[in-house]
Amino acid sequence: MSALTVRDVTKQFGSAEVLTGINLDIASGEFTVLVGPSGCGKSTLLNIIAGLERQTTGTIEIGGRVVNDVPPKDRDIAMVFQSYALYPSMTVRQNITFGMECRNVPRAQRNEAVARVAKLLQIEAMLDRKPAQLSGGQRQRVAMGRALVRDPLLFLFDEPLSNLDAQLRTEMRMEIKQLHQRLGSTIVYVTHDQIEAMTLATRIAVMRQGVVLQFDDPETVYNRPANLFVARFMGAPPMNTLSARLEATSDGTVAVIGGGETVIRFPVPAAAASWIGRQVVLGIRPECIAEPTRYFGDAPGATVMIAALVEVIEPTGAETIVVLRIGDERALARVSPDLHYRLGETARFAADTRKINLFDPETGDRIA
Amino acid sequence: MSETAAARRPKVFGLVRRLPEHLTIWLPLLLAAGHIVSFSLWTLWVSFTPSTLLPEFGWVGLHNYTAVLATRNWRIAFDNLLLFGSAFVVLSLLTGLGLAILLDQRIRGENVLRSIFLYPMAVSFVVTGTVWSWLLNPGVGVQKFVNDFGWMSFRFDWLINRDMAIWTIVMAAVWQSAGFGMALFLAGLRSVDTDLIKAAQIDGAGPFRLYRRVILPTLWPITVTVVVIQLQFAITTFDLVRALTGGGPGIATLLPALVVYDFMFQRGLLGRGAAAAVLMLLTLLAVLLPYAAWRHVQARQAARA
Ligand SMILES: Nc1ncnc2c1ncn2[C@@H]1O[C@H](COP(=O)(O)OP(=O)(O)O)[C@@H](O)[C@H]1O
Ligand SMILES: [Mg+2]
Repeated sequence: MSALTVRDVTKQFGSAEVLTGINLDIASGEFTVLVGPSGCGKSTLLNIIAGLERQTTGTIEIGGRVVNDVPPKDRDIAMVFQSYALYPSMTVRQNITFGMECRNVPRAQRNEAVARVAKLLQIEAMLDRKPAQLSGGQRQRVAMGRALVRDPLLFLFDEPLSNLDAQLRTEMRMEIKQLHQRLGSTIVYVTHDQIEAMTLATRIAVMRQGVVLQFDDPETVYNRPANLFVARFMGAPPMNTLSARLEATSDGTVAVIGGGETVIRFPVPAAAASWIGRQVVLGIRPECIAEPTRYFGDAPGATVMIAALVEVIEPTGAETIVVLRIGDERALARVSPDLHYRLGETARFAADTRKINLFDPETGDRIA
Repeated sequence: MSETAAARRPKVFGLVRRLPEHLTIWLPLLLAAGHIVSFSLWTLWVSFTPSTLLPEFGWVGLHNYTAVLATRNWRIAFDNLLLFGSAFVVLSLLTGLGLAILLDQRIRGENVLRSIFLYPMAVSFVVTGTVWSWLLNPGVGVQKFVNDFGWMSFRFDWLINRDMAIWTIVMAAVWQSAGFGMALFLAGLRSVDTDLIKAAQIDGAGPFRLYRRVILPTLWPITVTVVVIQLQFAITTFDLVRALTGGGPGIATLLPALVVYDFMFQRGLLGRGAAAAVLMLLTLLAVLLPYAAWRHVQARQAARA
């Protein structure tokens, strides 16, 4: 069953068009992440889904019901805000039960619900405290509790972790994921952090300037990005993008990068054949370039050896990032930390060519 | 050696360059503070002397105080102050809050309305008092206006009514200073986190519950500030009453400041007047000291959070 359908939604603030032709169809139980740089319209879209903001055109359906004219409280949703938005004058318990208080739920039932949620989130000890007496992580839990207690059709999260420090953020991310797996709830989650998107989502919608560029599962978004923007936005360090020319050879289509002695030839998918003889942008992830002994798999011709100048070396502990010069451009490689390259040497690397993507240099769209 | 000289020079230069700035800030401040402190001390001293028309040396202990506290004028003035002070503070608070909530609905012409409501603050109390004394005067003001329209039995004579005259002062004072509360409350309402309001909307709080449970509780620090400022105004009220009722009819609207004035400059009893003035100062301190302590605690808490 479709839990949420967003159809042809646009939003204008005055003359500025903030959302353009948004279409999303989200099945029950899915964890959808809206990801994009700040100001691209994620919060606006979430607010429109919640009913806190009115779309200029288009339709929102929640649980199969058109809710364009339904106020937020009757949309069967719950929302967690970046600022947590806990009512400062109320205790944790009152914060969690305020919605039930507004709906005149009997006290006994309220207490039961609080007890259940407090146990789930391990906030039993702080029920009678005020938000000001809680740490950031505890406030975050209470904000989640306020949402969970409603048991709604749809959870909406607007950057719920961005006010936490890095370690707590990783912990809470894991907890949110576990909660989703345990409760099977339908979640729409907004973030500008592509790692959060990759780790949490069952489906990712990548947005830019009010447009959804790609709406797919994380693996597809990562491995087959719809365009150059998605390719560079998802993944850290980002995908290498190099200009290349396609040529036909007896072994099939190849992409030629650079020239002279250090020329590199990567085999590319046959689907790109119509671009033979033209310039393209070749995208290859840093983890697909590694030390020459790396084993990428058995597929014949998948691994290509290349030689490139080492320009910068950045050890991170778990791996070492090497900045290479390929032709006139730079590319990143992720190599084993046990190898010690020297600056300025021309070293050999293995490249996994199966995950190469090609893009149209004019439009940025994916070719193959 | 030369290094330290070079390091010191800009500092001295800076001081010289900013001298006019320092002078314009500190000189008036020092003068004002000296003025206030020295006259307060002088008043305190006089209140323990047998001074009448002119200051005299001598020591009478608390005699002036017991004498002032025993007068009917002082007791009436103090009762009036309690009534006027509480009525004025409550009404101007409620009016200010009401106006602020109305203005916060993002209505058209908000800027114009805000200026209109704030405008009375810019008017001197003497002017306010005088204008209201015309308006409320049964012979020339509102009553005459309505009478002239043909409603001959209409009476609005609070100004000359012993029991109601104090309320005319409350009215004028509220008119003058509600805009101040409004401005502060409006700023408070505008600084409420919009996410809080969104959360309450999703929780299903109606407008009444939204204000009562979510928005207004965030305003209480502002409320305390407004109350204290209005209270200190109430305690020191002089010119408004002087221009509006002159303390009358009879002594029905007497306030402590008028009693001080009466002792000092009309009866020539400087010692008594000074004692009454010190009593006013003590009343003021009873409001301001707890407030200062509260602000201190708040600042400490904010620093720790
Ligand atoms: N109430 C508003 N009035 C005018 N412009 C707005 C309003 N809310 C958001 N915007 C604009 O819409 C764009 C998208 O905002 P938002 O949805 O908050 O972005 P995001 O959440 O992706 O960072 C921004 O350019 C922002 O300035
Ligand atoms: Mg946002």
